[in-house]
Amino acid sequence: MLDNTSGDAFVAFEHVQKSYDGQTLVVKDLNLSIGKGEFVTMLGPSGSGKTTCLMMLAGFETATHGEIRLDGRPINQVPPHKRGIGMVFQNYALFPHMTVGENLSFPLEVRGMDKAEREARIRRSLDMVQMGAFANRRPAQLSGGQQQRIALARALVFDPHLVLMDEPLGALDKQLREHMQFEIKHLHEELGITVVYVTHDQTEALTMSDRIAVFNDGRIQQLATPNRLYEQPENSFVAGFIGENNALPGVIEKLDGDKALVKLADGEVIDATAVNIRERGQKTTVSIRPERVEFKPEMMPSGAHTIEADVLEVVYMGDILRTRLRVAGSDDFIMKCRNTIGQTRLEPGQKIRIGWHPQDARALDPI
Amino acid sequence: MANASDPQAAISAAAAPAGPLTTADGKPLAWSLARSQARAKRRAFLLVLPLLAFILITFVVPIGQMLQRSFYNDGFSANMPEISQWFAENPRGTEPDDAAWTALANDLLASAEARSIGVVGTRINYDVPGTRSLFTSTGRKVRRGIEPPYREALLEMDEEWGDPRIWSAMREASQPVTSNFYLAAVDRTRADDGSIEQVEPRQRIYVMLFMRTFWLSALITVLTFLLGFPVAHLLATLPMRKSNLLMILVLLPFWTSLLVRTTSWMVLLQQQGVINDILVWMGVIGGGQRLQMIYNQTGTIIAMTHILLPFMILPLYSVMRTINPSYVRAARSLGATSWTAFRRIYFPQTLPGLGAGALLVFILAVGYYITPALVGGSSGQLISNMIALHMTDTLNWSMAAALAALLLGSVLLLYWLYDKLVGVDNLKLG
Repeated sequence: MLDNTSGDAFVAFEHVQKSYDGQTLVVKDLNLSIGKGEFVTMLGPSGSGKTTCLMMLAGFETATHGEIRLDGRPINQVPPHKRGIGMVFQNYALFPHMTVGENLSFPLEVRGMDKAEREARIRRSLDMVQMGAFANRRPAQLSGGQQQRIALARALVFDPHLVLMDEPLGALDKQLREHMQFEIKHLHEELGITVVYVTHDQTEALTMSDRIAVFNDGRIQQLATPNRLYEQPENSFVAGFIGENNALPGVIEKLDGDKALVKLADGEVIDATAVNIRERGQKTTVSIRPERVEFKPEMMPSGAHTIEADVLEVVYMGDILRTRLRVAGSDDFIMKCRNTIGQTRLEPGQKIRIGWHPQDARALDPI
Repeated sequence: MANASDPQAAISAAAAPAGPLTTADGKPLAWSLARSQARAKRRAFLLVLPLLAFILITFVVPIGQMLQRSFYNDGFSANMPEISQWFAENPRGTEPDDAAWTALANDLLASAEARSIGVVGTRINYDVPGTRSLFTSTGRKVRRGIEPPYREALLEMDEEWGDPRIWSAMREASQPVTSNFYLAAVDRTRADDGSIEQVEPRQRIYVMLFMRTFWLSALITVLTFLLGFPVAHLLATLPMRKSNLLMILVLLPFWTSLLVRTTSWMVLLQQQGVINDILVWMGVIGGGQRLQMIYNQTGTIIAMTHILLPFMILPLYSVMRTINPSYVRAARSLGATSWTAFRRIYFPQTLPGLGAGALLVFILAVGYYITPALVGGSSGQLISNMIALHMTDTLNWSMAAALAALLLGSVLLLYWLYDKLVGVDNLKLG
């Protein structure tokens, strides 16, 4: 786990702030360091500042305050064309008046490379994305997935050490997107490049990244590996943004180290792990993943608190049975049961008792 | 397709052996398709019918008639049949004999009786200026009475009848279909022996005017491009509120009368005008050196550039608006300087708009009339002013039509050239 002190970081943001209008900050005190060869994703809802951060790194926006360093060198004053950063755009930005080959040749020409060298590199890059036969086509003659590959090849053809990707798969259909996720990940490992990837698709972020920075409101809410982010969210925003989440509001009844007892709205008491709460009596939101909720007593750890629930709805989704429950006065508590042989089929109207491991119930800041 | 819902029929039709496809009830597929769409097509045609009729009646037919005048003029041949007949029977160079003089006298009398002698005179007047009165006055005298021998009688009435130029002109006019107007429009004329030669140097004006028209139009096109390109770019990239304001400024001239715009240029540019006053006040020029910026080519160029600017800006703007800023960003991230990114990525993508704007401005400029007439002086007159002159002052409509046809032809040629070089399908007007 890399920490935020950026001594040997490849890319470092230090106290970066950005304002477009002089009234509000779009990016508030950003600190982020990315190691060489890392795949870091900036994930967040639209307007959270993630794309602005990427644009500042690429050089298309200037930081209002703070310093951005690339390989130890401050780049705030370096114009984009001297940064040597490869970039893949959301709409691919393939030059429509040039063929695929000319598109790939462009970055090599502006670097003054001779023709033989250019052609060798173009061929190598196109082969890398399995598009070797398409050098003479125009971008408009290619499908979305093919354009995506060409955009990728163009961003890599001049051997940048850092590649930025701004929602590159946003325009593709689901199947192609999953395939391209795999290919991008594969290229990243093969070439050893550093990738900064921006997306609002959490699945994409979880499957591809070494680390994910969750953005909201101009700040990084949490920077962690995918599994930590999913299993140990540090605040309610992250818990709610990543994956499906049940949020139960309550008040801290008892606090002992990181063990907490939370009193829910209807008076029931549950176990939880204290994350970002400090004292007894504080309001909190308990976050529980739907797949960690159990209703069979034998699956629950001994001594765990159980609470009463009414089954409202069971949706058959093939691999899982998505069950909506009424818990502590809230109507949208979700429990996911795997569709295994011998799984108990619940019926709407049934009354059950549910429970979970205390470490899966995280007491976070109130929403 | 009455049986379309009958599954049995549909299956048998589908299983039918190879041959023209038929619908379920055995009718040819193409016929059924045409029939099922006929109603919709009829309705669509009815919608455009009023416009079609309007264009046909007010545009195609009059212009066709007008263009016909450039090579067809029966003002002489229809009213002077006998002498026309004599010209047809005797080759060029034949001295007019008694038969010719007799035919001429008969025709003059008949034409004078029919009060069409003016038309005849006008036609000959096109070729030999100042001869209309020869016909009308002789017509009057012939009606008072004429006796053979006709040659002497006519020469008595006006000795100009002996001028070979008149006979040559009448020979030319005896054919209703003629290329003489086109020859005149390119400063050529027919010599007495029928060969084509240039007119006297001091009468050569049309070729020079055509050249000037094309040269000034090209210059104005380039100027509108140089001035309009940055404005269009600004329009396309500024935030909505500011670009709307700018757009109003661009369109404002459209909402002002052409005459008002042109006369305000007079106010600005004339020697005692605003700009000269300011220059003198600033001490840039002395009071005696006021610049002549109007009533010459400079005035035409300035006023026309201003008036035609929106026609360049709007197509450019509409194309630039569709160019995603990420192209230039991509070019920059790939290592191009801002100039390279502009030259190799942005500018080529604006070409469809530039082509449309340039074509529009050029074609409008080539036919421009009011502005050069008002601010052009003598050195700023264009070919269309000459067309207007022939339409309204000399009443030589055939000449006007020939000049206009040449203008139209050269514009079409340019359009064809543009299509060959750039491709008309690359044109984006908005």
